[in-house]
Amino acid sequence: MSWFIRKDKGIQTPTELKREAPDGLWYQCPSCKQVMHTREHKLNAYTCVHCNYHEKIGSDAYFSILFDDNQFTELDEKMMSADPLSFTDTKKYPDRVRATIGKTGLRDAVRTAHGPMEETEITIACMDFNFIGGSMGSVVGEKIARAIDYAIANRTPFLMISRSGGARMMEAGFSLMQMAKTSAKLARLSEAGLPYISLLTDPTTGGVTASYAMLGDFNIAEPGALIGFAGPRVIRETIGKDLPKGFQSAEFVLEHGFLDFIVDRKDLKDKVACLLKLIK
Amino acid sequence: MRTYLDFEKPIADLEGRLDEMKRLAETNKVDVSEAVETLEKSIDRLRHELFRNLTRWQRVQLSRHPDRPYTLDYIERMCDQFIELHGDRTVRDDPAMVGGFAEIDGQTIMIIGQQKGRNTKQRQHRNFGMPNPEGYRKALRLMKMAEKFNKPIVTLIDTPGAFPGLEAEERGQGEAIARNLKEMFLLKVPVICIVIGEGASGGALGIAIGDRVLMLENTWYSVISPENCSTILWRSWNYKEQAAEAMKLTATDMTSFKLVDGIVDEPVGGAHYDHAEMANILKRTILDTLTELNALSPEERIDQRIDKFCAMGVVVE
Repeated sequence: MSWFIRKDKGIQTPTELKREAPDGLWYQCPSCKQVMHTREHKLNAYTCVHCNYHEKIGSDAYFSILFDDNQFTELDEKMMSADPLSFTDTKKYPDRVRATIGKTGLRDAVRTAHGPMEETEITIACMDFNFIGGSMGSVVGEKIARAIDYAIANRTPFLMISRSGGARMMEAGFSLMQMAKTSAKLARLSEAGLPYISLLTDPTTGGVTASYAMLGDFNIAEPGALIGFAGPRVIRETIGKDLPKGFQSAEFVLEHGFLDFIVDRKDLKDKVACLLKLIK
Repeated sequence: MRTYLDFEKPIADLEGRLDEMKRLAETNKVDVSEAVETLEKSIDRLRHELFRNLTRWQRVQLSRHPDRPYTLDYIERMCDQFIELHGDRTVRDDPAMVGGFAEIDGQTIMIIGQQKGRNTKQRQHRNFGMPNPEGYRKALRLMKMAEKFNKPIVTLIDTPGAFPGLEAEERGQGEAIARNLKEMFLLKVPVICIVIGEGASGGALGIAIGDRVLMLENTWYSVISPENCSTILWRSWNYKEQAAEAMKLTATDMTSFKLVDGIVDEPVGGAHYDHAEMANILKRTILDTLTELNALSPEERIDQRIDKFCAMGVVVE
């Protein structure tokens, strides 16, 4: 039995090795801890086959789920953040951006594209949470604005997939005004009579909730997603009490009347395509 | 009793001395008018000097000065008539957001703004100027009504943020603000928005989509308060001055970035120093701006309003 007793004390794994296992064959669900084959997990739209936990996925995965045969044309692929305020906190903002680009391979927190979905052309903007918490700065605002312009010019429906902690502080006033800019473009989209579907995923909070995420003709969400204006920590500090269970979950938001429906990611493409056909 | 900020201490000292001198002169029946005049002049000089080189954090402090005029103070001083209108027609009336039809120099306007309280009881009643969703919905209801009767809209912004409470979330704080942003872009009547104190984030923006967005000289307008920015980025409350510098949140900054359209001067010593003069300046500004905006057609105004906000943002391609 001495095999199983750790004799050496103080063995520690460096953090960078701990964080994420390399892309392997097996996926362990962070919610129910059960293990499944990564291919099975992917085929299941990155939801757990055991407990239906919806893994936080990025634009790559959503595009492959939604566009027919993963065929799409990306818009404004090269757009990147500037540093209009020469912002420095504990790090310089451009350094932070550069490091994140290196780490994620993404240019900013949103990617926009158009392509066929069930043989109908659609424009999709999808946020990436692992780019500085999916925060909305000038690039996010501008790319969404131009994607809406594309949708208007080409008469396609627009689908926005939000996953964000809110506005990007390092662009201060500029990021605040992206809420206004995106809302202005959505007003134009409305005038053009084109459908706007807003999909809220885990988490969607702050300035994103208080602008484009809540402005859909159809506001829909993934099960269990955290959706709110203020984050749970801020609310807890304000009221000085613990929050009720399930507070700010997609189910809670649906119950209070701010969502049209909750959609399982495995049914997302079918249901959105069906909805768009119904109103065509 | 006047309240002095820490950087106003030298003024407070001199004014204390002036009061003392006047009192002594009174009791001893001595003529000190010459000395009083000299002292008054040096106080004036000192005030000019102090207010010429304010740091960003000092302006943040001034924007929250407890003696600063609030929305209802301006309405009372600028308008000849005011009929306050209450309620969002769904949940309740939100005392943190006030509004109604008013007459200013013979013209009818719809005037709406966040309202703070002067003492503890009032502050609680006004929820420290932090509106709930029904506040934003009331504001939108009044704006739509102004549009119906073809009256211009003036909004006064002064909030530390939309209220981050449990009920606010239940009733859709995010949705309420988002809807205002979208709907305000399509209003057919002129819309003037003026930051008169604090302009914190979405809670401020929710009534700040206008043909002209102006800021009083000693106010701030940004995505988050310096304190909260410090807490998140530096993980401590203590870097608020640095955060204020980094965010470049003053009227001068925001105008130079073209994120707002202009600055409204305050009397030397700040808006709180002379409410009457401040209200006069603001009234003139509103009237001049209305004349400019009335020269445009509703379609021109809407197009320009949308184009202006869509041009905001800096990216690299």
